[in-house]
Amino acid sequence: MRFSFTPEQDEFRATLRRALEARSPTKEVRRLMATEAGFERDGWKRLNQELGLTAIHVPEAYGGQGFGFSELGIVLEEMGRGLLCAPYFSTAALATTAILNAGTEEQKRALLPSIASGEVTATLAFAEESGSNEPSAVTTTAAPSGGVFRLEGTKSFVLDGHTADLIVVLARRPGSKGEDGLSLFTVAGDAPGLTRRALKTMDETRKLAHLAFRSVEAKLLGEEGAAAAPFAKTMQQALICLANEMVGGAERLREDALAYVKMRMQFGRSIASFQTTKNKAADMLLDVELAKSAAYYAAAAIDEGDEDLPALASLAKASAAEASLQTAIHAVQMHGGIGFTWDNDTHLWFKRAKSSEILFGDANEHREKMMQHWTH
Amino acid sequence: MSEPTEESVRSDVRAWLEANWNPDHGLVEWRNKLVDSGWGAPHWPKQWYGRDLPVKFNAIVDEEFARVGAVGVAKAGIRTLAAATILAHGTDLHKEKFLRRILTGEDTWCQLFSEPGSGSDMAGAVTRADRQGNKWVINGQKVWTTSAHKAHWGLLLARANWDVPKHKGLAYFILDMKQPGVQVHPLKQMNGHASFNQVFFTDAIVEPEFLVSDVGDGWTVATTTLMHERRGADGLRSWAVGSDRKGRIYDEERAEVATTMEPYKWYPQRAGRVDLVMERAKATGKINDPVIRQEIAKLLIMSKSAEWTARRARAAQEQGRPQGPEGSLGKLASSNVARQAARVHTYISCADALLSGADSPMDGVIAEILVSVPATSIAGGTDEIQRNIISERVLKMPKEPSVDTTRPFKDVPRNIVSAS
Repeated sequence: MRFSFTPEQDEFRATLRRALEARSPTKEVRRLMATEAGFERDGWKRLNQELGLTAIHVPEAYGGQGFGFSELGIVLEEMGRGLLCAPYFSTAALATTAILNAGTEEQKRALLPSIASGEVTATLAFAEESGSNEPSAVTTTAAPSGGVFRLEGTKSFVLDGHTADLIVVLARRPGSKGEDGLSLFTVAGDAPGLTRRALKTMDETRKLAHLAFRSVEAKLLGEEGAAAAPFAKTMQQALICLANEMVGGAERLREDALAYVKMRMQFGRSIASFQTTKNKAADMLLDVELAKSAAYYAAAAIDEGDEDLPALASLAKASAAEASLQTAIHAVQMHGGIGFTWDNDTHLWFKRAKSSEILFGDANEHREKMMQHWTH
Repeated sequence: MSEPTEESVRSDVRAWLEANWNPDHGLVEWRNKLVDSGWGAPHWPKQWYGRDLPVKFNAIVDEEFARVGAVGVAKAGIRTLAAATILAHGTDLHKEKFLRRILTGEDTWCQLFSEPGSGSDMAGAVTRADRQGNKWVINGQKVWTTSAHKAHWGLLLARANWDVPKHKGLAYFILDMKQPGVQVHPLKQMNGHASFNQVFFTDAIVEPEFLVSDVGDGWTVATTTLMHERRGADGLRSWAVGSDRKGRIYDEERAEVATTMEPYKWYPQRAGRVDLVMERAKATGKINDPVIRQEIAKLLIMSKSAEWTARRARAAQEQGRPQGPEGSLGKLASSNVARQAARVHTYISCADALLSGADSPMDGVIAEILVSVPATSIAGGTDEIQRNIISERVLKMPKEPSVDTTRPFKDVPRNIVSAS
């Protein structure tokens, strides 16, 4: 296992950071988060194509760059830091990963090049109104009908579901239960019978949608009735992507809070000189660095085919959830009153931390999953 | 002469061992040969029992020793701190008198820095060194002195000038521990062990030639000792392990290791024994308790992340990159891990955690964890001091305004001792 990034990876990170600093200042984040789409297609397409972002972990055979999850993790960490408003997580970490895990060779050749090139945005719809991330909770059905399938049901909490060009949907054979009879399907965003509604989100930079399927035509992705395993793998990989995004946001919060306390004078001295502030700053560094170590380790574990991946994914997510929320709480506190205002940027990352804490399962859920893997 | 290479060092040490290694030697006799050859401390100067080899070759020398089962010089305990300090700051007389017997293991050492009134604020020492005639006379008290009851020599930090600010008035001495003015009493800890001592000086004498550095430079010398102490994980150079081979020299080495390491035997418990958690949880059935599972998971996440963070720091160091913040966090992380481990062991043991010794789980090991963990966040720099170091050195936050670094030490307020 490697415990450091290569000079090429460091260089890639630096390039990306510069690009995101230039293209996603918080003024721009605030402008885009107020729109329903949450991003601008042209601007995102340009940035994506310049840096080849949605091509990162797509193999070269499908028009991608052929990198691994360590590199994808770097992109997500930098996006978490820059809070870029774009359908990147949904397209790359979720939909692309699902297609790679479940799709046939022919389907990968058909679907991935246009995603890698940035022509097509995509997402993965699995949770429903219950909010459960467990595939056994899926009630949306897919019935075969004249060579295609027809989807019936609702999906909710779908990342960028209201704007995605392509939606990968987890549904089940009518009458099946648990993890049996599950399949993945692809549906066009503008398919007849599909009603999409943007949900109002606490974190306005993360757009979620409610999707209602009424006899919507869908194409099977991979093998019918055998989606449980590729879906589980996709979620583990997505959790690790999310953990990397979260530590990027946490580090940004930590750095901004530190810069602020160094500037702020009270009682005739910098508040950064008070031990109560310094102790907090030291603990924040410890929290963030430990969560980074877990996120990096888990990303490398995907690339190395580590058999503990289910546990490591949950570990990284639980660690990032605790660390980033705690960092966000400290960051608001260190700013004092100004940190509670809308004009101060801290709340943008606070809300992202809170949203990420819950997305795909909270820390309690993932600690239990980790224990299940390590005790069975 | 050509530059040494890995190959040349390996063949040199191998040839020397072939010609000289003999397990029938007595330990001191053999180590004297090592000292004379320079193979006992190859990175030390040629003039002082070394070979002037870059430190990176030590691993090769160690490998060759291990290959034939040859015993090395004495490496465990405070003696290595003494050697490093004397090499850096000592006079030729000090080097002449002390270095050989450090390497042969004939002399043992202790470090006389901490006092009852100055723990984290070590430069606030009030043990007095007064010049009387041509000798230094020492009065005062030191504490937390590992192995003082066995030590022949002590590294002593004492105040020789009270009219200058605190860091400027200290002197650093080498003190003969075997004299009437030095009294050593064991200090019993809350876990029942007595790994440390209190050392009392009543008109103890130091010959003038055993002053290391000038009066006033004592803090600088102490910093060298402390730097070497921190380099070895919180006070322990390395866990010395005796070989399991048969023979007189190995018996002597095992006896030495047992004596040196005796004070540290509870240290694994101090760190929380994360390694025992799953086994204990399964044995007690507590592995099925959802609340305890959460606490175990928190512990595992913390300890694994801490380990990976240490690996990141090491990887950066090996590549010669500037150290990132991850390198300063280990001590603080280990306190958190130890505390969480003690919590989890308590939950798992439940009522059995009320007991100790033979009546308690694992013949007292679990009980010892519970009452040893509080040392982790204090020994070798408290968590509070670690946080100050991290915030000031890594995060570049300003120091608290100082009230004691510019005025004469005699005017600095000291501990209020209640009159009872």
